[in-house]
Amino acid sequence: MSDEIVCGIEIHQQLDTKKLFCDCSTALVDEEGQKFFRRLRPTQSELGEIDRAALMQAEKKLRFIYQAPEEVSCLVDADEEPPHSANNDALNIVLTVAALLNAQPVDEVHFMRKIVVDGSNTSGFQRTAMIAMDGHIEINGKKISIPTFCLEEDAARKVETKAGEIIYRLDRLGIPLIEIATGPDMHSAEEVKEVAFALGSIMRATRRVKRGIGTIREDLNISIPGGARVEIKGVQELRMLPIYVQNEANRQKSLLRIKEILLERGTKPASEEYVDLTEDFKSCESKIISSAIKKKGKVFAVALPGFAGVMKSADSSLRLGSEMAGYAKTKGVAGIFHSDELPNYGITQEYIDLVRNKLNLSDDDAFALCADDEKKASAAIVAAVKRANMALEGVPEETRDPKPDGTSVYSRPLPGAARMYPETDVPPIAIGEQRMSEIFSNLPELPKEKAERIAAQYSIHIQQSTQLVRDGKDEVFEKVSVTSEIASVAARTLLSTLPELERDGNDISCITDDIICTVFEGLSGSRFAKDAIPGILKTVIAGKTIECAVEEAGRSLMNEDDAAAIVSKLVQERADFVKSKGLGAVGPLMGPLMAEMRGKIDGKQASELLKKEIEKFLG
Amino acid sequence: MSYSPFISELIKKLDAKEGDTLSIKNGEREYVGTLMPHHEFSLDDIIILKLPNGYNIGIKVSESSSVKLVSRGIIKEKQPRPEQHSGGKTVSVLGTGGTIASYVDYRTGAVHPALSAGDLVAAVPEIKDICDVKAEVLFSIFSENMKVENWQTIAQEAADRINAGVEGCIIPHGTDTLGYTSAALAFMLGDLPKPVVLVGAQRSSDRPSSDAYTNLVSAARFIVNTDASEVFALMHASSSDSSAAVHRGTKVRKMHTSRRDAFKSINSPVVATVDFEGGITFHAEYHKKSGGKLRAQTEMETNVALLQYFPGMSPSVFSKILHESAGVVISGTGLGHVSADMAQEIKSAIGGGTSVVMTSQCLYGCTNLNVYNTGRDLLSAGVIPGEDMLPETAYVKLMWVLAQTSDKDKVFEMMRSNLHGEISSRREINE
Repeated sequence: MSDEIVCGIEIHQQLDTKKLFCDCSTALVDEEGQKFFRRLRPTQSELGEIDRAALMQAEKKLRFIYQAPEEVSCLVDADEEPPHSANNDALNIVLTVAALLNAQPVDEVHFMRKIVVDGSNTSGFQRTAMIAMDGHIEINGKKISIPTFCLEEDAARKVETKAGEIIYRLDRLGIPLIEIATGPDMHSAEEVKEVAFALGSIMRATRRVKRGIGTIREDLNISIPGGARVEIKGVQELRMLPIYVQNEANRQKSLLRIKEILLERGTKPASEEYVDLTEDFKSCESKIISSAIKKKGKVFAVALPGFAGVMKSADSSLRLGSEMAGYAKTKGVAGIFHSDELPNYGITQEYIDLVRNKLNLSDDDAFALCADDEKKASAAIVAAVKRANMALEGVPEETRDPKPDGTSVYSRPLPGAARMYPETDVPPIAIGEQRMSEIFSNLPELPKEKAERIAAQYSIHIQQSTQLVRDGKDEVFEKVSVTSEIASVAARTLLSTLPELERDGNDISCITDDIICTVFEGLSGSRFAKDAIPGILKTVIAGKTIECAVEEAGRSLMNEDDAAAIVSKLVQERADFVKSKGLGAVGPLMGPLMAEMRGKIDGKQASELLKKEIEKFLG
Repeated sequence: MSYSPFISELIKKLDAKEGDTLSIKNGEREYVGTLMPHHEFSLDDIIILKLPNGYNIGIKVSESSSVKLVSRGIIKEKQPRPEQHSGGKTVSVLGTGGTIASYVDYRTGAVHPALSAGDLVAAVPEIKDICDVKAEVLFSIFSENMKVENWQTIAQEAADRINAGVEGCIIPHGTDTLGYTSAALAFMLGDLPKPVVLVGAQRSSDRPSSDAYTNLVSAARFIVNTDASEVFALMHASSSDSSAAVHRGTKVRKMHTSRRDAFKSINSPVVATVDFEGGITFHAEYHKKSGGKLRAQTEMETNVALLQYFPGMSPSVFSKILHESAGVVISGTGLGHVSADMAQEIKSAIGGGTSVVMTSQCLYGCTNLNVYNTGRDLLSAGVIPGEDMLPETAYVKLMWVLAQTSDKDKVFEMMRSNLHGEISSRREINE
């Protein structure tokens, strides 16, 4: 079934340089800094055409509040100073990634302004340039095309959305992003994940990309036969990709099924005319309705003839209602009620009958209700009807936001063909032969080569090194692996201990590379035994500082005399066994010994002590 | 840089025009896209194509490249928009070259100014709720290219519109020399019966973040909804899109190269603020509208120079300017000083008939030639103290005054009198 999916991805990865068009550093900060506010208006083309997505944003008449923390934003970010020349490091990183992915650089780079009026760019456009074209990557013997490599500026960070107002912080605005777009060449959820991981590790190979949550974002383009192109924008967790792909394919299938049902029934597009039932709902106990009426809002109802049962089927596989709610919410309401989910939410059968009566509905007919401020409720209920009517056509093209549970929610129509025009403030950059020959002579190790080298150099299994590279843990691994003994502990910690802790329900996001380094410094300095590492990590997860955790582990470290005493006691207790097995008793006795001394002494040291003690005992 | 002779010849041979679709083949690689204008800073062997995905890229074209014309661009004819009349007051918009409202041609990236009132209203539809707009373009030049004769044209045209009965004039203007023009109009138009408001934009109007539209709409509101009648300059009051500041034309100066709130009133309060969502608040006394006719006095003595004093300024280098000009405004140090040797040269020039006005490069504060010896020497030499006038305003005023009279005493008196708000008698503490 999953073969039907057609999927392409677009990866946006932050680069670890200064900002693209100014000299600000690129760190996200907690400080709010100074504030200013702006509005944006969509610009018109020469024929007065306004982009449909841009128009929808502008209709919301939003105020954009910008927080400008001192260290990480300047007049350029505030759209109060022209951009400086594009950051040369950032350009070279994109050229390097393009070279690793067999692409051709353009001869001269021209920055463009891509109109974006949702406030995420103070200028109202995002600066972006095509750097290279026509690359590809091979995944499991299959060639995945990568038609474009762009360098662009990241958008401002959304801090808060209030009624009529969005607050952004300028720390993220202008951070250079490499944008890699694949062709629509992937046909399964797993394949999408493979490609995303492979591209991620190639970008990380440059060692000049940012790490951590939010530094890489993926847009998914998904369609199924008979469906439509839907873009899920801004997935931050790579491992969630297959889930979004599968859920979207299912959603599209269900919408196709809804279309079938409606056509069979002969359902016609519903009228957008709604009725005002505020008076009738005056004593309704639904919280949403009573609070809307209290605030002098309105209760509007609309008939949806022939739509019963598809808004939410009994098994929840058909859910047109939640699609309609998605459209309604863009008009600023909290949601809508529809007849397939009622009675519920304090709306009793009595009210359902009332609405059905007023709207003159039969059994196949559905209705929707919206209670809010008059303007909002009216816009929302019309949007909901529009979305219901789209179901007769099948799957609408749209942009959706990913939700943490693996589903997605409608955000806006797909933008029309990007409206771009030249960024005249930034001069073009020629990509000369000299620059390219420098790029080619400094290409970083590719992931496969790197995995092979790491396996050989640190005497770990190739599967382990491949996994380290794939997960982006190779850098910290190489940093801490000062001996091959420590390397094997590091590999185990990174590849088994941490995932196990996570599986047990621990939030391991606090275990940064710096923490890992500190742990292994402690181990190299014999401040604790290697068996203490899981305990130390748990202590950090529980909220203690790493220094504190290391110290605790060190305190329980046993000195050699104490250890020798325990070993001696054990040998005495098992005297008969030791006598019969001789040095062969070392292995079997390690179990009970370590049960007592785990984390307090190194296993190897314990085994040597035991051997010495047995030799002594046997004379 | 322009195209190399080879590419120029090639484009001529193909008869390729900007907007046409070209195919460029370099070896195995083929690019198909729309031909874009050559960028000034592009290399001469580069052709810029806009790819179907919207991106422009530069492609190197050599003798081994194969370039073909694929198809002609479709030129979309823009229909002129009809002017709409709301029956409200009429405001005249006299364009001087800033692209205060414009359209982007996404095909070529070119920005076209809205030239007719219909286009302007289409770009700024809010304005039709405020007034009827009568838009004309006087000329289209960058403000740094503005000359005295341009000031004279603007003044005359504005006077004609006001005499024809409009409620006021909006002059969209490039920001670099906007302050000079506003000062010139203030002297030329005198006690005008209807206001003239210069507006500019620090972010061009092809950008969604442009300040052009709010400034333009605020100017229209200020003209229609208040009784103030002077030459004003109206720009953003802060970096936020919250309000516009209305500055007196003789007291305003561009104080930042790029910020929206670059314009400041110097040594005087802002006359009014226009809240983008609220009302209009006045902060100072102003001249009121009346019903009379306006006679523009546009004559100017153009043989006037503005010099900034600097340490090491050599009298011999500037001697010719000082002696041969009808008037010279000096932007001196501190309270209004120059070096002793320059003072000597100035004295000699005044003796030869040059009118010399002293202002301060501090900009803020008043000149005072009584405090130090240097000042007293300049005064006795016949230097006219410029009070707290901006050097630029003093320069424009001196041109205008010298065209009104050649009587030295009269010049002295007029330069020291506050004619149109250019001199403040007091400066507030909290400026």
